[in-house]
Order: sequence, then C-alpha cells, then structure tokens
Amino acid sequence: MFRYTIRRLLFAIPTLLVISFIIFALLDLAPGDPTSQLPINIPAEVRQKIREALGLGEPFYVRYGLWMQQFFVNEPLNILEQWFGVTIGDSENRLRVLSWSTRSPVVDLIVERMPQTLWVVGMAYVVGIAIALPVGVISAYRQYSIFDQAGTFITMIGFSIPPFFSGVLVIVIFSVNLGWFPSIYDTTHVVTDWDSFLKQINQMILPVMVLALQITAQLTRFMRASMLDNLNQDYVRTARAKGMSEQAVVLLHVLRNSMIPVITVIALAVPSIFGGAIITEQIFKVNGIGALLIGGIEAGDLPLVQTLTFIFAVLIVLFNLVADILYGILDPRIRYD
Amino acid sequence: MDAPAITDSKAPVLEVQGLRTVFHTSEGMIHAVNGVSFYLRAGELVGVVGESGSGKSVTMMSLMKLLPEPPAEIVGGSALLEGRDLLRLEPSALRHVRGGEIGFVFQDPMTSLNPVFTIGYQLTEPLREHLGMSRSEARARAIDLLSLVGIPTPEERLNDFPHQFSGGMRQRVMIAIALACDPKVLIADEPTTALDVTIQAQILELVKSLRQELGMGIVWITHDLGVVAGIADRVMVMYGGLVVEHARVSELYARPMHPYTRALLETLPSLDGTRSDRLRSIAGQPPHMTQAPSACPFAPRCTHVHDRCLAENPPLVEAAPGHDVACWWRPPEQVSESEVNADA
Repeated sequence: MFRYTIRRLLFAIPTLLVISFIIFALLDLAPGDPTSQLPINIPAEVRQKIREALGLGEPFYVRYGLWMQQFFVNEPLNILEQWFGVTIGDSENRLRVLSWSTRSPVVDLIVERMPQTLWVVGMAYVVGIAIALPVGVISAYRQYSIFDQAGTFITMIGFSIPPFFSGVLVIVIFSVNLGWFPSIYDTTHVVTDWDSFLKQINQMILPVMVLALQITAQLTRFMRASMLDNLNQDYVRTARAKGMSEQAVVLLHVLRNSMIPVITVIALAVPSIFGGAIITEQIFKVNGIGALLIGGIEAGDLPLVQTLTFIFAVLIVLFNLVADILYGILDPRIRYD
Repeated sequence: MDAPAITDSKAPVLEVQGLRTVFHTSEGMIHAVNGVSFYLRAGELVGVVGESGSGKSVTMMSLMKLLPEPPAEIVGGSALLEGRDLLRLEPSALRHVRGGEIGFVFQDPMTSLNPVFTIGYQLTEPLREHLGMSRSEARARAIDLLSLVGIPTPEERLNDFPHQFSGGMRQRVMIAIALACDPKVLIADEPTTALDVTIQAQILELVKSLRQELGMGIVWITHDLGVVAGIADRVMVMYGGLVVEHARVSELYARPMHPYTRALLETLPSLDGTRSDRLRSIAGQPPHMTQAPSACPFAPRCTHVHDRCLAENPPLVEAAPGHDVACWWRPPEQVSESEVNADA
C-alpha cells in the first residue's frame, strides 16, 4: 500500500503538469482583455502599457513558466514562512501570483474566502452525509415501506430541483413569508459569544438546507442501492444462521460491506466542497470561493481563474488517490502491491 | 400424515410435524412445503434427496426461520428441538438456537462468508454471542475448530480473509462455524455441490469422522443419491414439497418403491455400464406449486399413473417395515392382495 501510494503520487506529477498547461493555455487563448472593465476614456497606448505592466507583453512560454514557478515554488515558500515565522531567501522580492483586478496575491484572496465556503458548503456536506447514511440504511432494510417511499419521493425532489430554484423557493418561504431566517448571508459576521454563534447558525440554515438537499438526495440513493446489493448476499444468511442479532447483521455485516463504495464516493466529492457552490453562493450572497471564481471570470482576471482552477485540479487528483487508498483499506480483497 | 415408522430406542432430538411453508409472490402463492414430517436422532445422519425446487432447502430453512418473511410464510406445523417448538420461539430464543443448537452449512462456500471480515472474526462471533466467551477463549476455541476441520496452521489462518482460502477450505471454515457451539443438529444444505469431486470426497470424509467424534444429528441435503448412499443412515426423498419415500439407506437402494425414487436411481450412471449408454433422465419438469397438491404431484411425470393418482394425493404410509412411501402404486414383487383389490 505504501509503495502504491508513492507510485501514485509520483504519477500525479506529470498528470498535474499536463493539466496546468491545458488550463493555462485554454484560458490564455480565450478572448477577453483585462483592461476591458476600465473606464472607456483611457487611451489605447495607456491600455497597452497596462497590459505590459501585467506581464502580457511576454511570450506564452515565459508567462507559463513564471506562473508555474510562482505556483509551485514561491507560494509554497510563502506559506511555509507564514506558518513557521521564518524567512527563506529573498522573501521581500519574491513574485507571487497576483490578481489583475485587485492587485493582491491570489492565495491571500483564497485564504480570505475559504472560511465562508467551508462553513456553508462543508456544513451542508456534513449534514447531507449525516442524514443520507441512516436514511439510506433504513430505506434499504425496510424496502418499499412507507419510510422508503417517502424517502424516495424526497430524494427525487432533491435530484430534480436545481438550487437556483430551491434557493429562491426557501427564501420566499422562510425569509419573506415566515421571516425566520435572513435571505442574505452576512460574511462580515464574527462569532464571539453564544448569541453571535446562534446568529451564525441562523444565517447558515437556508444555504445549507438548499445544498444539503442535493447532497442528501444523491448519497441516500447510493447508500440505499449499496445496502440492497448486500442485504441479499449469502453471507447475510450465514450471519443470521450463526444467531447474530438483526442489529449485528445489518449494522456490522451488511453496512461494513455497503460502506465501501459509499465512502469512495464521499471522498471523491470532497474537492467540490472547496470548489464552493457557485449558484448557491450567488443566491445567498455568500462571499465564498464560488463567488470569487465568478468575479474573476467576469473581470477577465486570468491569474485568479487559472490558479483557482488548478487548485481544484490538484484537489481532484489528490482525492482520487485518497478514494483509491480508502478502497484498498476497506476492502481486503483489493491489494495494490 | 402418519408419523414415520422406523423404530429406535433413542428419542429424536429434532422432530418436525406437518410443516407447511408458502411464498407470496406477484404471481400468486407458491406452496413450497406441503406438510413435511420427519425426525432426527442424536448421532444420526439423514439424507434429504430431491430435484431442485422439491422443497428440501426451504424445509430446513423454515425450521430456523431463515427465510425472509415476507415473501415466505410458515403456515403450519411444528418443529420440536428437544421438546421446544422452534416455530413458536421468541426471536431472542430462536437466535440462540441458530448457531448455538443448530448449525447450518450452506451450498456455496464462495459467497457464504463475509468478504471483509477475517475468518477468525467470523468464527469467534457465535462463540462470543452464544457461549459468552472472552476474546482470547474464543480465539483458542477457533484454533481448535479449524484444526478439527483439517485446516493446516490454524493460528496463522485465523487472520486471513475468505478470499485467501480455496473453495474446499472455505467450506471447511463454514463447517467449523456451524460446529462452533457444539450444536445438537447440523443441517448441511448441499454443502458439496459447488465443489469439485475430489474436494467433495474430502468434505464427506470430514463429516463422517466429525459425526463419530461429536455425536450430533446431521441432516444432509443433496440431489446426489450417490453421496447419500455413502454417508446416510436414513434417506428422505422429497418431491413437490412432500416426503414421498423414507427408509433406511440400504432398504431404499435395495427396494425403492416410489416411481420417483426408482426413476432417480435409474438416472445414476453406473461404473460398469457400457459407454454407449446415454444418461437417463426423468421426463418432464418439476411441478410449479401454485396450489397445494390435491393429487399426486408426481403424476404428470409418472410411468405408473392411474386415475386415483389424479384424484387423491397418496399419504405417506409404512408399506414395508421401516419403509414409508406416498404412492398408490406398489412395485410388482411387493403388491399385497388388499392393494390389488383397492386398485381394481
């Protein structure tokens, strides 16, 4: 397993290099101009100077090489310096990936936006898993019962209603008509005591509800199907014939087998938490990663979009590896070495 | 239906009376077991023979309520294990019968073990559940059990997973699990069907020796009359969810009475038969049991069928000493005067 992990990590390097090149090249080829949002009365030669100041005068391979150096060398060094409070080399003049539109380092922007996204999207993921797993288990164990039918109905709704509809719907119901929760997520809110914590929970409920509905719907169906696959297996009959309690049969023998594909799916979807929920963040004005990405795209802020996209790619490659390793740990039949 | 009539001084450890099991399916009710009665004494091995769908497995699984309900439903009868009716036990009491007093070995050892738990875990589970053993006691007993069923280096193999065992070895593990709590009855549901012939012979030898060593009653379900001849004391032939013939094994092979048993025996290839002989088969299909049999279920395939067979289901009666058969017809050499008159 260890050797397999090392091999996979080494294999990830060329994969990520290819991905980084494709991302950089695609976005570079895309039409758009970083000065297009500047006032229209700026003369053409000034615009050209601005472009050159942003580094656009250099040829493609130079810009790509510099970006790679900034991403893989400069930014990690910077993070190390911040964590350990040391100075490595010439940190004053080290070039960082700078956002064109805000002129601040992209990594700082991400660090600033990440908490909002993790609070809302991460919480929705946790809530979704916490609901989906038990509901899936019970639905499968009591297949075609009223509980199962109701669960199927609700998950179908979760599957088929997109967040741009359900988000507006819950705002109309819970904010406008009932007035229970705010429709806008206050990003500046700081949790200091019990009351401010309650306010934070209060403003998280609606976006979390919308996202959790989607996540729960998909995961419940998956959990249920995986349980059903295993409930009719011969080893379940063996466990019953050994005189094990129903609880041990279902929650130990069946669940242990059913969780193998489910945990893999959960791990594979973790990068999407960091990716944020673009639409839901827009609806509830959550100032998270999704909002940052959309803003960057609208402003033609290539370094921001390239870096964010590449971070997602790194996370996806990483969590694919995590899922494979988890699979090997959970299923003794799988041996990678 | 009369109680089977082989007499012996020992009281039966398991006695089943008039067991009836149905399945509720979308195409209606399937009558899988239609009043089966049998008994099993300690140290005795009873073979249960019949085609697929004759109700052998369903009968045995009904005893321990191992069939999922629904679709299955046990609609009648009793199954006394040393006087306690298994069909009317509380779920918690039934749990301790399963694995504790009755061990069950299933047909396919490749799928009957849980792939994600070690053999040691699966083997110690019933020991800790029923005998309240500690982890270390159960482990010691598990090692004994694995060597009992002939698995080499049991200490090491306890930590292995099922996929690290061959089919024959897995079936030995299944037998060890079934024997874990010293059951009074072992039910083996076609335990060698999924194994190749040499492994089958090894498993049969193992069961023979274990039976002498441990003295439990064994029910051996199979569709292979050759297997039964080698190991059983008595044989029960089942057809259409009914026991159609029951006798000591030597008696049954010497004087089969039911046309179905006779046909089954004729399908066996003999070692001294000539090569050019085609394998014999019984024409027709086993009955689709959408209703409880009101006529003899074998009648459509029987070579000796006559009017009475279609009107009335023959009861299981003692036709010769220690030999029960459910048929209106008698083989020629055994026809008695009264039966000739009845048929006429």
